[in-house]
Amino acid sequence: MEPLVHVRDLKVRFVSRDSTVHAVNGVDFDLAPRETLCILGESGSGKSVTLRSLMRLNPPRLTKMTGTVRVGGHDLVTTSERSLADIRGSVVSMIFQEPMTALDPVFTIGMQIRETIRRHETISREDAERRALELLELVQIPSAKRRLAAYPHELSGGLRQRAMIAIALSCRPKLLLADEPTTALDATVQIQILLLLRKLQQDMGMGVIFVTHDLGVAAEIADRVAVMYAGRFIEEGPVSALMRDPLHPYAQGLLGATVHGGVRGKRLTTIPGAPPNLAQVPTGCAFAPRCAYVEPACLAAVPAARSPIPGRAARCIRVPDHAVSTAA
Amino acid sequence: MIFYLIRRVLYAIPISLAVSLVCFMLVHIAPGDPINAIVPPDAPQAVVEQIKHEYGLDKPLPVQFGLWLYQVSQGDLGRSLATGRSVWSDLRPATANTLRLAVTASLIGFVLGLILGGLAGTFRGTWIDRIATTFAVAGVSIPHYWLGMVMVILFSVTLGALPAMGAGPGGATDWAWDWAHIQYLILPAVTLSVIPMGIITRTVRGVVGEIMNQDFVNTLRGKGMLPRNIFLHVVKNAAPNALSVMGLQLGYLMGGSILVETVFSWPGTGFLLNSAIFQRDIPLLQGTILVLALFFVALNLIVDLVQTALDPRIKRS
Ligand SMILES: Nc1ncnc2c1ncn2[C@@H]1O[C@H](COP(=O)(O)OP(=O)(O)O)[C@@H](O)[C@H]1O
Ligand SMILES: [Mg+2]
Repeated sequence: MEPLVHVRDLKVRFVSRDSTVHAVNGVDFDLAPRETLCILGESGSGKSVTLRSLMRLNPPRLTKMTGTVRVGGHDLVTTSERSLADIRGSVVSMIFQEPMTALDPVFTIGMQIRETIRRHETISREDAERRALELLELVQIPSAKRRLAAYPHELSGGLRQRAMIAIALSCRPKLLLADEPTTALDATVQIQILLLLRKLQQDMGMGVIFVTHDLGVAAEIADRVAVMYAGRFIEEGPVSALMRDPLHPYAQGLLGATVHGGVRGKRLTTIPGAPPNLAQVPTGCAFAPRCAYVEPACLAAVPAARSPIPGRAARCIRVPDHAVSTAA
Repeated sequence: MIFYLIRRVLYAIPISLAVSLVCFMLVHIAPGDPINAIVPPDAPQAVVEQIKHEYGLDKPLPVQFGLWLYQVSQGDLGRSLATGRSVWSDLRPATANTLRLAVTASLIGFVLGLILGGLAGTFRGTWIDRIATTFAVAGVSIPHYWLGMVMVILFSVTLGALPAMGAGPGGATDWAWDWAHIQYLILPAVTLSVIPMGIITRTVRGVVGEIMNQDFVNTLRGKGMLPRNIFLHVVKNAAPNALSVMGLQLGYLMGGSILVETVFSWPGTGFLLNSAIFQRDIPLLQGTILVLALFFVALNLIVDLVQTALDPRIKRS
């Protein structure tokens, strides 16, 4: 069976007159239907750009994107703008970090849900209105009927994010992308939104790719975790195994040596040194300058993904490679 | 909403009163004696006193203001010192002419400005943007009267295509929307449209560019909306700002066309003001300034109301 998401050697560069940013430098992964993948990584490691690539949402004029990206059987790299617009919102949709600014301030919540439905389905205004109401109830917004007529600034941050989720789910996408959807919210609201997302994912059977800073969130919601550094997945594996026993020195540092299982609310540990400048593609392991175990071979070439156990992989020459598969 | 509307209209009343006072005072604190303009320098003192009395110029200023305000509120703007005709009989056709010129010029300027500014804002940093911005800068920097004279030389003198002066074959008072009249309107209107074109282009470019950079546009693209759907969102977001600038521009054109009206001998309020100033025709001057100022107050009120109606974030209570 074809996976829901199939990404091979995804590279994204932002080219402007005076600089080039190599934001994503070769990402490979698959996502099965109904599976949840969490992407972890320091700020600037390319998580958002990777996520946006899954609906080709990076600014078109600056972005050079290569590789293979297939979502629900659609080739996103080569498809036309027009068919891309048909795919966005119906096959794959996205929740953003800032519910404050992600909604149009001068249109009502109801209108912003209705226009999404009517963009993808032939449906009367009244039916769209009814669907919008059901969606607000689905995301557990109290007094949903009244909230249809509300403008974004009349809702709290948590309610706005729920409305955003309602918009994203309005055409029952197969894949939901969530870019730090709880980072901008209060701690208690964060947990509510997270539980809601997990419930909706199970009820609707969507695949979810979730970007977060929060290990506890990842432990709560993910089936698998990918750790991103300088535009690559440097380690990937099932959530519990990866968190218990990270393979890559960067992942070890990031997760903190003593984290077991994952403590809710625990933030990523900071590692001495700064992430690499993305103006050049690193010729060796991008983490080498900050790594305690660096050796000459690390700088010679970018380490390939090595898989010590089926289902797990890391890009580090110190990791033994047993399974000779492409499961990474 | 209805209370807000009533309150805003009520607010306009004290503003209009203040405006009237300023109009009245401005004319009276300006140097020079208006009487000198109508009576010969060697006229006997008794005659001067008599005329002063007839026009109420012998009374103290506050009394003069009160009387003038009372008359104005009755719809009577007084009599011109220079011609003896009622001010309104000169002012009415002049206002109509200026309104025609200002509205036509605004329409040209707004349409061009909206198109150029919209394109420039959408395609920021491209050659489209650079061309539109060049037009905008040229529009606000080229002096009116200079452009007016160039147009006259080019289209009237050299090509002989359009008339250079006046408002139609029948003079100032009979206007019709036919070619015989419209050909007189073209040159002054185009000349006058250049500044609003530039300003609207600049404003709309800024507003649209800013809106296109906002996160919600990304959300719209992310839910599959087509460019024409997104255009609608951008228009509704840009409308309050764009409309308020357009309202002000229309206001400026109403009062600010003295130079262009003079270059083209367009018999409007600017032309009228010009002659009233040179003849020190106080009633005419006061009446004209007052009408223009009230136009400005009314325009501001309309802009405010429209803006409030369009933008849900402005509080209405
Ligand atoms: N539109 C863009 N133009 C230029 N550079 C960009 C753009 N978007 C992201 N980048 C750069 O790409 C890199 C990765 O960004 P991002 O994916 O947002 O990181 P994060 O992991 O924090 O989500 C950063 O260096 C960022 O500055
Ligand atoms: Mg990010």
